[in-house]
Amino acid sequence: MRTRATRGVVALLVAVAGLAMTGCGNSGDPAPGGSADGRVTGTVTVFAAASLTESFTRLGADFEAANPGTTVTFNFAGSSALANQVNQGAPADVFASAAPRNMTTVAEAGNADGTPVTFARNQLVIAVPAGNPKALTGLADLTRRGVKVALCADQVPCGAAARSALDAAGVALTPVTLERDVRGALAKVKLGEVDAALVYRTDARAASADVTGVEFPESARAVNDYPIVALKDAPNPAGARAFVAYVRSAPAQVVLAGAGFQSP
Amino acid sequence: MSRVHTVAVPHRRGRVPAALLIPAGLGLLFLVLPLAGLVIRAPWTTLPQRLTEPGALTALRLSVQTATLATLLCLLLGVPLAWLLARVEFPGRRLVRALVTVPLVLPPVVGGVALLLVFGRRGLLGGWLDSTFGITLPFTTAGVVLAEAFVAMPFLVIAVEGALRAADHRYEEAAATLGASRWTTFTHVTLPLVAPGLAAGAVLCWARALGEFGATITFAGNYPGRTQTMPLAVYLALETDLEAAIVLSLVLLVVSVGILAALRDRWLTSA
Repeated sequence: MRTRATRGVVALLVAVAGLAMTGCGNSGDPAPGGSADGRVTGTVTVFAAASLTESFTRLGADFEAANPGTTVTFNFAGSSALANQVNQGAPADVFASAAPRNMTTVAEAGNADGTPVTFARNQLVIAVPAGNPKALTGLADLTRRGVKVALCADQVPCGAAARSALDAAGVALTPVTLERDVRGALAKVKLGEVDAALVYRTDARAASADVTGVEFPESARAVNDYPIVALKDAPNPAGARAFVAYVRSAPAQVVLAGAGFQSP
Repeated sequence: MSRVHTVAVPHRRGRVPAALLIPAGLGLLFLVLPLAGLVIRAPWTTLPQRLTEPGALTALRLSVQTATLATLLCLLLGVPLAWLLARVEFPGRRLVRALVTVPLVLPPVVGGVALLLVFGRRGLLGGWLDSTFGITLPFTTAGVVLAEAFVAMPFLVIAVEGALRAADHRYEEAAATLGASRWTTFTHVTLPLVAPGLAAGAVLCWARALGEFGATITFAGNYPGRTQTMPLAVYLALETDLEAAIVLSLVLLVVSVGILAALRDRWLTSA
C-alpha cells in the first residue's frame, strides 16, 4: 500500500540519484554481447553455488582464454541466497545452483532463459581432520559420545542431502551446529572445532591439506544434481549462453571430474 | 542529580538554511526508506500465524537474553576500562585506546575466527579451559554472549570514556579533598556524574549485541534454542522464505526500537 507521500519521496530520491549518476562517466566498457562474427565479448557475471568455487574459478579462466575479450566475474554463495538475489533483480548472466530446488525458484519466477540443464553431480562424504584422529568410518560413528558434528542447515542443499543420507541410514544425529553453507561446515572441521561434518566430496577434496573425506555407502541415496541456466534479464545474453555451453563441453567436464564431481 | 555547569544558549530563531536541510532530509530518507520497505512488504495477513511459530519465539528469547548478558559483561569490564583510559595517565594509552576500537572495524566473521583461535578447542586458552575446568565455549549459549560482547564492548567503552572526559573533574577533586578514597569517589561521584552517558553506551551496546551475526555464527555456530539468535534465524529464513525473514526482521526491529525508546525516555531526557 503506497501512499502519495511515499511516492513523492521515491520520486525525489530517484531524481537525486539521477543527478548523482550524470556526474559519473561511463567506465568505458565495450558494449557486451556478440559481435558480428559470433564472438563473445564483455563481462559475464556468474552466480554459482559455494561448492563450485574452485572448479568454476578455473573454468572462468579457461573460458576467458578461449574467448579473448571476455571477463568472467563470480558471485559464490549459498544457492538459496543466490536464487533470492537473482529473483530480486541482481544483474547476473548465469546461475549455477547446487540443487534443483533453488533453480526451480528462479525458473518459476520467470527469470530463466530456457530450460536449466544438469551439468554435474555431487555426493556427500564425512569430512574429518586430516588423518582421521577419531577413526570415524561411517555415519553410525558420528553418534559416538564426545564426537562433535557440524551439518549444513536443512534450508541449504548440503543440509537437505545430509538429512536424506542420515534418514536412509537410520542414524539419529544431534549436531552441535547447523551451518549456513557447506564452506561454513568445512571451516569448523579445518579449525578443529568439530570432529566431523557432512560435506560434498568436492569440498573435502578442495581442502585436502587439512581435511580427509571418508566415503560412506548411504551417500548414494542423496546425490545432488547441479543445474545451470542463462538468465532472462542477462546484461550479456550471448556471453551467458556461451558460458553455459562451455560448462557442458568436454574440457570443462574434465575439470569438474578432477574436482570430484560426477558427470550427469 | 542537579545540573549546574551547563547552561543551554537558545539558538537565534530563523530560517533553517537549505544547504543543511536538504542533505539532512536525504540522510533521514536514506536511513528510513529501507525500514519502510520492510514494513510495506511485510505479509500482514499471515503475520500472527508466523509470529507464533515456536522457532521464531525461541530465537527472540535467546537473542534478548544473550544481548542482555553481553551488555552486563560489557558494563562489568568496559566501565573500568573506560575509566582507566579517561582518568589515568599511563604509557601507551593511545595505543590501548586504538586497540579497544579494533572490534568496531574488524569484520565480525574475522572476530569470530579470532575468538575461536583463543577460546576454541585448539585455541590458546580454549584447550586449557576444557582440560582444567571442563568449560567449552564454542557452540554454547555462553559462546554467543562472548561473541556479542566482543563486538559490542567498544561502543560502551567509547561512550563512557567520552562522558568521563566531558564530566567536570572538580567534583571528584572535591570528594578527594574531603577524604574520599578513589573507589568511593568513583562509585559515589564519578558514576552518577556520567550516568546518562553510561546509559546511552549501554543501550548502544545492547542494540549492537542484539543485531550481531557474523561473530556469533562463526564462534558459536547455529543451533536452535542454544545458539540460534534472531539474526541467524533471519539469515536462514532468507534461504527458503523471504516473507518469513521479513517478519522475523520486523520483530527484531519492533523489540529493539521499543526498548531503545523506553530507555531513552527513562534515562536520557536529562542528558
